Amino acid sequence: MVANESLVADQTRDVSGDGEPDIRLTRVTKRFGDVLVIDDLDLEIERGAFYALLGPSGCGKTTTLRMIGGFELPTEGVVRLGGTEVTNAPPHKRDVNTVFQSYALFPHLTIEKNVAFGLERKRVSKSEVKARVAEALETVQLPHLAKRKPAQLSGGQQQRVALARALVNRPRALLLDEPLGALDLRLRRQLQVELKRIQQEVGITFIHVTHDQEEAMSMADTIAVMNRGKIEQAGSATDLYERPTTAFVAKFLGISNLVDAEIGATDGTMARVTTHDGAPLLAPANRCAEHAGTPVRIGVRPEKVRLSKQGEPVASDRNVLRGRVVLSSFLGVSLQYVIETAGGEELTVYCQNEDGVAPDAFGAGQEVQLSWDPRHTFVVARGDDGD
Amino acid sequence: MSARDRTRNWLLGIWSAAALLYLFIPVFLIVLFSFNDNKGRFNFTWQGFTLDHWAHPFRDPDLAKALVTSLEIAALTTLGAVALGTFLALALTRYRFRGRGPANFAVFLPMATPEVVLGASLLAMFLVVGIDTGFWTIVIAHIMFTVSYVVVTVRARLEGMDPFIEEAAQDLGAGVWTTFFKVTFPMIAPGVVAAAVLAAAISIDDYVVTSFNAGQTQTFPLFIFGATRQGVPAEVNVLGTMLLLGVLVLMGLNLLVQKALNRRDRGIAAEPPSGTPTQAELEPAAA
Repeated sequence: MVANESLVADQTRDVSGDGEPDIRLTRVTKRFGDVLVIDDLDLEIERGAFYALLGPSGCGKTTTLRMIGGFELPTEGVVRLGGTEVTNAPPHKRDVNTVFQSYALFPHLTIEKNVAFGLERKRVSKSEVKARVAEALETVQLPHLAKRKPAQLSGGQQQRVALARALVNRPRALLLDEPLGALDLRLRRQLQVELKRIQQEVGITFIHVTHDQEEAMSMADTIAVMNRGKIEQAGSATDLYERPTTAFVAKFLGISNLVDAEIGATDGTMARVTTHDGAPLLAPANRCAEHAGTPVRIGVRPEKVRLSKQGEPVASDRNVLRGRVVLSSFLGVSLQYVIETAGGEELTVYCQNEDGVAPDAFGAGQEVQLSWDPRHTFVVARGDDGD
Repeated sequence: MSARDRTRNWLLGIWSAAALLYLFIPVFLIVLFSFNDNKGRFNFTWQGFTLDHWAHPFRDPDLAKALVTSLEIAALTTLGAVALGTFLALALTRYRFRGRGPANFAVFLPMATPEVVLGASLLAMFLVVGIDTGFWTIVIAHIMFTVSYVVVTVRARLEGMDPFIEEAAQDLGAGVWTTFFKVTFPMIAPGVVAAAVLAAAISIDDYVVTSFNAGQTQTFPLFIFGATRQGVPAEVNVLGTMLLLGVLVLMGLNLLVQKALNRRDRGIAAEPPSGTPTQAELEPAAA
C-alpha cells in the first residue's frame, strides 16, 4: 500500500550512489538579461534513471534541460556529463540527445534519413547505419513508415520518429522537452506507457520535462518539482505526495489541506502541534525537526481523512478537527466533501463509497469531525506559499 | 447558385479580364512590333508582317554586346546578392545582437530610397573614392539594391521555419556548417531560388541606377534608351521579346522548383500545394 510505504520511507530517503552521477549540475545560475531564470541550482541524476523535471510554465525546467543539452550556457556554475565538464561545450559535442516538443523532424528527409542523421554525422559505416535505423524504428513500432516524409505522419507517429532519431545514437541521456504536450489526452496516456517501456528496454537515462503532475508521477522514478528557478523538492512520487516539504509542492501535487500551526514538544516519534485556533494535533517528529522554531502549516491529503458525526467517539490516537460541511458531491467511486473547520479553513475530504451511503450522508450544514492517523500529517514552512 | 451570384461572377470575370488586358497590351505590342516590316528608322506604325528582324536579331553588334553585358551583370549580381542576402537574413532571424533592430530597418532603405537618389549618391561615392565607373561599378550598385529583396524573401522563409529543427541537427552531432548545408539550406531553398530569380530580373531591366554608374559600359536598357533618340530598330523588340521569354522561362523554372521542393517536403502522396498567389491567379475564376 502506498500509504504504508509513506510511513517507512522517511528513514530510507538517502539513496547511496557510489561514483559519479550520470548528470550533475553544480551551483548553476542562468540569467537572461536581468531576469533570473535558474537560481543556484544543484542537480544530480543517476545512470539509468527516469527523472522528471516538473513545474509550472516559467519555472526554469526547460532552461535546465537546455543547459544540459548545450542550447543555453549557464551564467554561472558547472555542468558535468559522466564526470566530464561540458559547461560551455556546443550541443554537437555532447553525448546527449533531445526530443523536442515540436519534434523538429527534418521535413525534407524521409523518416529513415531523419533517424540516420545522427549516425551519419558520426561516420558510422553504411551497413551499421542501416541496421541501427531499422532497429530503432522497430523499437518505436514504425518500421513500415521508413520511406515516408514527416508531413505524411500523424502527431503521435512523428513523436515516435523523434524518439527513434534520438535513441538510435545510444546517448548517455535522452532529454525530453514536454514530448507529449502536443498530443491529445488518449494518445498521451498511450505514449506515456510506451515511453516508460522503451526506457526500461534501453536502460538510458531519461530526463523528462513536464508540467503535468500526473504524467510525472506515473512515469518517473525521481521527480524534481521546480519553482522560480529552484528545485523545491526532489524524490519519488510517493515522497512528494505523502511528504511534501514545501507548500508549493503540497499544492502542485494534488489537494493539500493546509492549516497554520505551531510546533510544540516532541513526544517519542511524534511532536505536538497546535493549530492557530488551538486544536491539539500530532505530527511525525522527524518532519517537524527541520521547522523547529519557525511558523509552519500542517497538512493532510483528502483521502486520508475520515468523517464522523459530531459527538461520535473517535480513537484517541487520531488527529481530530471539528468542522461543518459546506458542500458534498457524489462522484460514484467516492464522495467529495468541502468542510469548513472551526478555524475557518476549507478542507477537502474524499470518502470511498464503500457501503453505498446515500450522497447526503453528511449534508451541507452538518457538524462533523475530521480524523486521520497522525503519521499522515505533513509539515511545510509558512509564508512561502509559492503561489 | 442564385442568379445574383451568377451575375456577380460574370462581373468579376469581366473586371479581371479588363485588368489583365490593361497589364498585357503594352507587352503584347512589343512582341507584335518585333514582326513589323517597318521602313525607315522608326517602328511605331504597323506596316506589314515580316520575320526579317527575327532572322538577324544581332545585326547591330552594339545591341548584341549590350545584351551580353546585361546578362553578365545579372548573373554576377544574382550570385553576389544571394550570397550576401541569404546570410544577412540568417543573421537577422537567428541571432540576437546589438543593433539587430536598426539593421532590420536599414535593410529596407535601398528599397524605399528613390532610385535617382540611390544612383546619384552611388556615383558621388565612386567619384570620391576614385573608382572609375564601368562594368564593376554597375555590378556593385546592382548587388547593393537587390540584396534587400533577397533578405526580405529569404527571411520570410526562415521565419516560417521551426528554429528547433536547426537545434535538432546540432543535437544530433552536426556542426554549424553541416547544419547549414544539410538542414537550413535545403529548407530555405525555395526562398533562395525565388530571391535569385527576383534579383536577376531586377538587375536586367534596371535603368536609373545603372545610368549613373555605367561609365562607358552599355547595358541593354541603356542601349534602348539611347537608341530611341535616333529611332528604335525593330531588333530591340526582338531582343525585348527574347528577354521577356527568358524571364518567363525563369519564372516557370522557379515555379517548377517550388513545386518540386514542396513535393519533397510533403512526400509522394502530396496534398495540393497550399495556395501560393501565383497558383491562385492561374486558377480560372469561373470554376
